[in-house]
Amino acid sequence: MADATERSIVITHQVGLHARPSVKLTKLAKSFDADIRVRGEGTEDWVDAKSIVRVMGLKLREGTTIFFKADGPDAAQALDALVGLVERDFDEHAA
Amino acid sequence: MKRGEHTTDRVGIVVVSHSHEVAKGTIDMVRQMVGNEIPMAFSGGNPAGGLGTDVASILAAIEKAWSPKGVAILVDLGGAESNSEMAIEMLPEDRRDKVVVCNAPIVEGAVMAATEAAGGGTLQAVRATAEELSPR
Repeated sequence: MADATERSIVITHQVGLHARPSVKLTKLAKSFDADIRVRGEGTEDWVDAKSIVRVMGLKLREGTTIFFKADGPDAAQALDALVGLVERDFDEHAA
Repeated sequence: MKRGEHTTDRVGIVVVSHSHEVAKGTIDMVRQMVGNEIPMAFSGGNPAGGLGTDVASILAAIEKAWSPKGVAILVDLGGAESNSEMAIEMLPEDRRDKVVVCNAPIVEGAVMAATEAAGGGTLQAVRATAEELSPR
């Protein structure tokens, strides 16, 4: 097993991690085998990035740093993909 | 597209509302927010075009959204649930155990259930995800 790795990125999408971005993040996380956890700044509570209910429950706003950690054979690819999704504002143009 | 977008084997979702517009609108939201990779269908309103639910229409929706992995039904009020259960009883015996009614808010539950289904979750996982939203 690869060691758990961790990455963080600031959310720049105007509406933050709301419903639609949460769905995208969860679906992307589910496409990897690795165990993936996510949390927002200011808390040590990591939640399962593959649980839509937990991810939506984070309610992270624009300007908040989001942290990911992953453990498993494809952990590095998973983190690249998730950080990329946040970087690209979840592939949505902010309204 | 990532792994997991091959659509052959995903739990299906059925939305049953007293209102055709609510049922259709809920499925529209699911399509826009989650995508089209899972089987989906809805049933809303009575055969006369008014508010209500109809067992035959629900049965048709279950058949339309049928998947070997099962079908999760999201309902609004009273009759939507009891008529969905009646529709399940009318299914062939080998399919009855693969259809469940989720105890969850209809719109939010449909989006949550569809997200889990799109990720390849089992029927039990799809139902549990939708029901995580419900007040205890």
